[in-house]
Amino acid sequence: MEKISKSAKKKDHEAKVSGQALYVDDHVMDNMLYGRLLHSTKAKARITDIILPALPEGYLVVDKNDVPGVNRVAIIVHDTPVYAEDTVEYIGEPILMVVGPDFKEVERILHEVVVVYEEQVPVLDMRKSDTAFFKYNYAKGDIDTALAEADRVFIETFQTGYQEQAYLETQGLIAYPHAGRMTVRGSMQCPYYVHGAVAQALGCEGKAVQIIQDVTGGGFGGKEAFPSMLACQTAVAAKKANKPVKVIFDRREDMEFTSKRHPSICTYKVAIKNGEITGMDIEVLFNSGAYTTLSAVVLQRGLICANGVYRVDNLRVAGRAVKTNTVPCGAYRGFGAPQTFFAVEMAMAHIAKELGMDSLELKEKYIVKQGDVTSTSGKYHFHVPLPEMIQRIDELTDYRTKRKLYQNQTGRYRKGIGMSLFYHGCGFTGSGERDIIKAVAKIRKNADDTVEVLTSNADIGQGLKTTFCKIVADTLGISYDQVFIDNPDTDRVPDSGPTVASRSLMTVGGLLRRAAEKLKKEWRPGEEQVIEEHFVEPDFVIPFNLEEFRGDAYPTYSWSVNAIEVEVDTLTATTEILGAWGIFDVGVPVDMNIILGQMQGGFLQGIGYASMEQMDYNDKGRIRNNSFSDYIIPTAVDVPNLVTEILNNPYTHGPYGAKGAGELPLVGAAPAYLEAMENALGTNLNKVPFTQEDAMSILQEANKR
Amino acid sequence: MIEFILNGHPVTSLAKANARLLDVLRAEFSLTGVKCGCKEGECGACSVILDGRLVNSCMVAMGHIAGSTIMTIEGYRETERFAALDKAYAAVSAVQCGFCIPGMILASECILAKNPNPAEAEIREGISGNLCRCTGYNAIVQAIQSAAKEGQGLW
Repeated sequence: MEKISKSAKKKDHEAKVSGQALYVDDHVMDNMLYGRLLHSTKAKARITDIILPALPEGYLVVDKNDVPGVNRVAIIVHDTPVYAEDTVEYIGEPILMVVGPDFKEVERILHEVVVVYEEQVPVLDMRKSDTAFFKYNYAKGDIDTALAEADRVFIETFQTGYQEQAYLETQGLIAYPHAGRMTVRGSMQCPYYVHGAVAQALGCEGKAVQIIQDVTGGGFGGKEAFPSMLACQTAVAAKKANKPVKVIFDRREDMEFTSKRHPSICTYKVAIKNGEITGMDIEVLFNSGAYTTLSAVVLQRGLICANGVYRVDNLRVAGRAVKTNTVPCGAYRGFGAPQTFFAVEMAMAHIAKELGMDSLELKEKYIVKQGDVTSTSGKYHFHVPLPEMIQRIDELTDYRTKRKLYQNQTGRYRKGIGMSLFYHGCGFTGSGERDIIKAVAKIRKNADDTVEVLTSNADIGQGLKTTFCKIVADTLGISYDQVFIDNPDTDRVPDSGPTVASRSLMTVGGLLRRAAEKLKKEWRPGEEQVIEEHFVEPDFVIPFNLEEFRGDAYPTYSWSVNAIEVEVDTLTATTEILGAWGIFDVGVPVDMNIILGQMQGGFLQGIGYASMEQMDYNDKGRIRNNSFSDYIIPTAVDVPNLVTEILNNPYTHGPYGAKGAGELPLVGAAPAYLEAMENALGTNLNKVPFTQEDAMSILQEANKR
Repeated sequence: MIEFILNGHPVTSLAKANARLLDVLRAEFSLTGVKCGCKEGECGACSVILDGRLVNSCMVAMGHIAGSTIMTIEGYRETERFAALDKAYAAVSAVQCGFCIPGMILASECILAKNPNPAEAEIREGISGNLCRCTGYNAIVQAIQSAAKEGQGLW
């Protein structure tokens, strides 16, 4: 283990373990009002009238007419209304907010508001949508010839469902006007996204808006774009009331009406000639929901990794993110990649069966290596450690032997094991970092020789406060206790970009490392010094062209191999996970405990996605799995044997050799789990989540035969 | 008026008998270490110790607690046992977003109070009513194991 990887006591440990850390709902301000949103109960309708009850003194209703600026939330495309206008496009769309001093009274008033809807026919099924918000195509080689000359063409369609982030702290913010400015504070990943959105909604200059991140109880992508919307609504309410307004979502509201992972349908046509894979023709369909939010970039990432970790010379990938009258989907750890990695890994598994091989044997023939061309004609510039990861998994699990042993089982209890190979592209897709974000980070040395880290990245549990401080302290050669960091406040920190895309440590941590190197050279004891660093794209990167989908979509990749072993009780259809193993390359861990915590937590979320986290809408477009009773996430007893190991593969351009980490562990769990289930059940499967009910229906079918 | 013992001190609440203990602890007594994650008894973030048992305070009506003893993280953090758990949680960086942690610490206490040398399965069972979305639970289980080992005699 390298010296920097030795774990430090986390900067936020003390406050959190003792219950002293203040999350947004723990703040109470003088004269503070409570707000609650009225959500549409129809999936598609025109609002013909809204009948309000008599409002007691001190209570008010806030809607589209109160938005002083633009009634649109600034995300990527500005199509999401702050408050609904004449129509509603999904169940849950915010129409108005009731605000007042007593929360129970606010709820009572809310229940008495009557919205008169003129219902229209909603589009719920993504396959039936004719509105493509985003459409991309790219190709390399000659897929048409590969398909025409193939001995056989393998065709299969794969499906994935919703996944809810299920952070333990629900969405929540407080907005308060003061001295002609508006401050919004609360639970969020991206203070400057919120900053831009609030300024636009209030129609004011950026300097009239201040955003502060409070201690945040988890995000996983769910607090990337959604807080921009809630912040606009709350800030408009606070402006109208001229008082602080607090809005905290309840769990059902949060699960049902906030953004989640895009459901997908992917169709793979794979050309096979002389037993070799000669091309892939891939169609990807994502359900965006009613507004665009982040779907463009989620789709881009999904498409770029649609061929998995395999060399495919003749490749065509076409993707659409379509509109439906359902809750808008958005960012969730993995960001489009878990969907297509699931599809490609299952496709490889099924092709192997058709060719009479084991899936691992087939996959190993096509694994990319350093110097190979990526799907978008960029380059894998660095070492690809998949072969040694496979070997390590085999040592840990006796994988190859078990795969054979578990074929053709009979009896009540049947075992299975499966494996997935995958990567996660580190940082923003394409040239976003260089052209859009242009991150700036600062460090300030105070007169007492303590050093403060100033960035807009939020510690949402992933340990950024600790890792940022470690980088600065170690580079300067001063004590870790001499370096400190507060929650970001846009009045004090530069825009170092959002806390997303596994970028914070690699990209912003890199800026901090450079800033600290400079400060070390210029260090003047007892004096105040400020060092600022700006993002520079590494010179080896082949610039990415989004129109053509060509170039390096990512500077580098984090790699992983997962294996999962299961035992299915064929009488009850219950599945026990006997073991889950993950080997991860995230470069050099800047803190081993933190990295292991990320890997274990992400891996378990991925297993939840694969096996139990079922969420769907009914024929009216309403999501019914809106509580922890109906949407089951893993507990401590579900996967007791979860093993994670780190493979040290330094990234030359990351701070201390670090690269992206946070998303990787979620990406490959689903295909490993499903391949294990196939191994146990002796049949091909093609969708996740694959729940106990799904296993039961497979077993019942088998009994009929 | 409802009288009970809160973190070692006798207190009186003016709350109605049907008020949630969770809401009263947070609003009337400003004990914000008690977190609200779902208000339906599913997540465990609002766990407190009621007469020696771990309960979801969102599922307890005030009328039920007259004469009872309640311990929240604010009281528990003053104890030697907390210090042992604090150290063990820190050593493996078991705290990520932190929202489940006050409840998780109190669940840890209840596991160790029942059995000072619990098997891993007992630990996992003991925290299975406390959801954590960040850690995958391994670090928390390790922390409880190490507190049991290092804190000999405390439980």
